[in-house]
Amino acid sequence: MVFGKLREGLSRTRNRIAHALRRLGGDTSTAQSLEALEEILYTADVGPLAGELLADAEKQLRGGRLAGPKELPEYLRGRLSGLVQGPEGDPLPLRPKGPTVVLIAGVNGSGKTTSVAKLAAWLQRRGNRVLVAAGDTFRAAAVEQLRIWCGRVGVDLVAGAPGADPAAVAHDAAEAALRHAVDVLLVDTAGRLHTQSNLMAELNKIGRVLGRKIEGAPHETLLVLDATTGQNAIQQARRFTQAVPVTGLILAKLDGTAKGGAVLGIGSELKLPVKFVGLGEQLEDLEVFHPGEFVDALLAAPQPA
Amino acid sequence: MLDNLTQRLGKVLDRFRGPGRLTPEQVQEGLREVRRALLEADVHFQVAKNFTERVGQRLLGDERIQGVSGAQQVIHAFHQELTALMLGDRPALPKNTRHPMVLLLAGLQGSGKTTTTAKLGLWLRQRQSRKVLLAACDLQRPAAVEQLVTLGKQLELDVYAETPGPGVDAPGVARRALERARSGRYDILLVDSAGRLHVDQPLMEEIAAVAVQVQPDAIYLVLDAMTGQDALESAKAFAERLDLYGIILTKLDGDARGGAALSVREVTGKAVCFAGVGEKASDLEEFHAERLASRILDMGDVVSLVEKAQEAVEEEAAEQDYARLLEGKFSLEDLLKQLRALQKMGPLKKVFGMLPGAGRMSGLLEHMDEKELRRMQAVLLSMTPRERLHPDRLDGSRKRRIARGSGAQVSDVNRLLHSFFAMQKQMKQLSRMLQGGASRKRLMQQLGDPGRMNDLPGGFPGRPGRPKGR
Ligand SMILES: Nc1nc2c(ncn2[C@@H]2O[C@H](COP(=O)(O)OP(=O)(O)OP(=O)(O)O)[C@@H](O)[C@H]2O)c(=O)[nH]1
Ligand SMILES: Nc1nc2c(ncn2[C@@H]2O[C@H](COP(=O)(O)OP(=O)(O)O)[C@@H](O)[C@H]2O)c(=O)[nH]1
Ligand SMILES: [Mg+2]
Ligand SMILES: [Mg+2]
Repeated sequence: MVFGKLREGLSRTRNRIAHALRRLGGDTSTAQSLEALEEILYTADVGPLAGELLADAEKQLRGGRLAGPKELPEYLRGRLSGLVQGPEGDPLPLRPKGPTVVLIAGVNGSGKTTSVAKLAAWLQRRGNRVLVAAGDTFRAAAVEQLRIWCGRVGVDLVAGAPGADPAAVAHDAAEAALRHAVDVLLVDTAGRLHTQSNLMAELNKIGRVLGRKIEGAPHETLLVLDATTGQNAIQQARRFTQAVPVTGLILAKLDGTAKGGAVLGIGSELKLPVKFVGLGEQLEDLEVFHPGEFVDALLAAPQPA
Repeated sequence: MLDNLTQRLGKVLDRFRGPGRLTPEQVQEGLREVRRALLEADVHFQVAKNFTERVGQRLLGDERIQGVSGAQQVIHAFHQELTALMLGDRPALPKNTRHPMVLLLAGLQGSGKTTTTAKLGLWLRQRQSRKVLLAACDLQRPAAVEQLVTLGKQLELDVYAETPGPGVDAPGVARRALERARSGRYDILLVDSAGRLHVDQPLMEEIAAVAVQVQPDAIYLVLDAMTGQDALESAKAFAERLDLYGIILTKLDGDARGGAALSVREVTGKAVCFAGVGEKASDLEEFHAERLASRILDMGDVVSLVEKAQEAVEEEAAEQDYARLLEGKFSLEDLLKQLRALQKMGPLKKVFGMLPGAGRMSGLLEHMDEKELRRMQAVLLSMTPRERLHPDRLDGSRKRRIARGSGAQVSDVNRLLHSFFAMQKQMKQLSRMLQGGASRKRLMQQLGDPGRMNDLPGGFPGRPGRPKGR
């Protein structure tokens, strides 16, 4: 599968490095091309990793392993694609028996609830029976938001009263999932900053409650990151993986001009696969992650008018 | 927040700590590292570049200050440039507006617009006793209207809302909300809007149309503090499309490294006016560039400290205390009050973190931990109020009684008194310097300038050779 939407955008773009090199003219010096490279990497939110990549590229150039700056685009594309993993095969494999439980977590406003809705639609399209749990009992009208989405998708929702213990909602939802023998239970949660230890403990408790009802649950814990976030995304990934066993990432809001380069740092440090990307606010705007396409988009520059 | 950037900058600054002059090579080398540190803290690429160039010019050019060591020179340059980077030329709220005043909030998806609309409503009602109406103009996100209505109920703020459906568009709702605000004699109309990408042409046109309908006195861009490079580009696009008044930075309660805070003024031309520091409606603060600059350089923040203390003690009592302090009257009674306030302010280490030269000013408080603080308080409490007001009258037998009553030694009592008298002397000096005429605000301003604080008392105003702060 490819990022249809991204691909569409890509057709109008070309590789930024190639572009920058061309702009610099025929006999670009190593220093000049490294400078161009630096800007490309940092402005794509690649962060501290950019320093390493630049040092490596310089070594390659000076050591003669790259014939010249012209080979930089291909070299970099290879390096970057190796840093981030996509799902190997099915991004959401189901258990042979009993409901597969997917817990969705992330900081405030990253795109969790919308991703739950998109995932429900995606699963339903492939023929799975889905139940959704409204685990955000904190934010105003969070349940209402999810109820509207579930109505649009046509899946059932388990919700509690506003202010209720989210773990209790998770508990009820797990029971309902068993009772109705659904294939997948998707659990939305309230946004929480990874620095708030009480809220991280609450998230951990939601996971434990699910595990008590359904063996091995949650089978997937997906961290939703906002593609417009900078280096803080790495800190989010570190802290969330400490609190709950995160199995993968969803990179939301990649439909803008943000490159989401922070996931490269996360990929290389935490080895977390990116499973899906969010490409808009509609139900169908979810696609399976593909490292090569992601890197192409990251290195792409808009065609000058 | 900012810890990482502070550490990185701290390391670079340490290299400059030597007493001598800096060579241009040293400066260049240091600046390269500073630039990396800024980039890794999400400072916008171009801003990081310009910033280091400006600091470089200061350090190598004619703006060097004579007779000041390398390290001070560097810190001074950084502090001024950091402050300048963020400093705005407008108050947080527009002045001399029409009635009702109309404020519009715009921004990317999930940045915090709706929450901030409610927070700002509460802030305006509580701090300025204004009658506020909120308008729910996000018709895109499911239950966005419901979200604002719920927040309004929780905070007892009126909300103008329509049920989303065919024929109901944001500019229309905004216009009708303004009519309601006029007929209902509201002072302020706060307009929430849908999140949108700057490249989404139809939605950018929609928000422009909302602005046309309500002619806002101020449009704020709501920006997530964890924002990376591209979101700053989008902030620029918002600024080009809408006549922004200022920025509201949200989620500063996290551990974002501050790149957005440092970059947004230079990128958009508009300064940060307010800061969101939590999910609760009361978690909104006015933004202070100078304070953040001080904190980034880890030089402490006297102004914040004083404000915290102010919250801990009662406002009026504090007012009196300061008046007394300024008159050079400072008794053990005051000391006790201050100690109590200190304790309410949280972990001492954190409090001292905010005190640059203040530790020196009140030599008493230096090197003191919680335990010591409690011991001191016990000694003070063991005195009668009269004794606290006239410590000079304490004789041997009184001291023994006080020591017994607090489980301390007479030497502890003496030590406390000794420090106290030293402190009292300093306070008197300070008040003489201010000649009793300075307002508390001015005193705090002077205390708040770490550059001056470092050479207290000689560096106080009037001393020649020191540059004026911006
Ligand atoms: N452009 C774009 N917007 C998105 C995407 N995913 C979510 N959004 C929008 O981002 C905003 C926040 O999304 P939510 O799904 O409510 O985020 P959340 O993490 O559940 O937020 P809280 O529960 O408030 O912490 C909404 O306005 C969504 O429509 C995406 O992939 N692209
Ligand atoms: N921690 C924290 N969360 C915030 C802050 N401001 C808003 N939020 C949260 O961020 C999320 C998105 O906020 P919302 O107001 O719905 O954003 P909008 O989509 O721009 O209207 C919600 O979960 C809010 O509770 C803040 O200053 N700190
Ligand atoms: Mg949500
Ligand atoms: Mg909103």
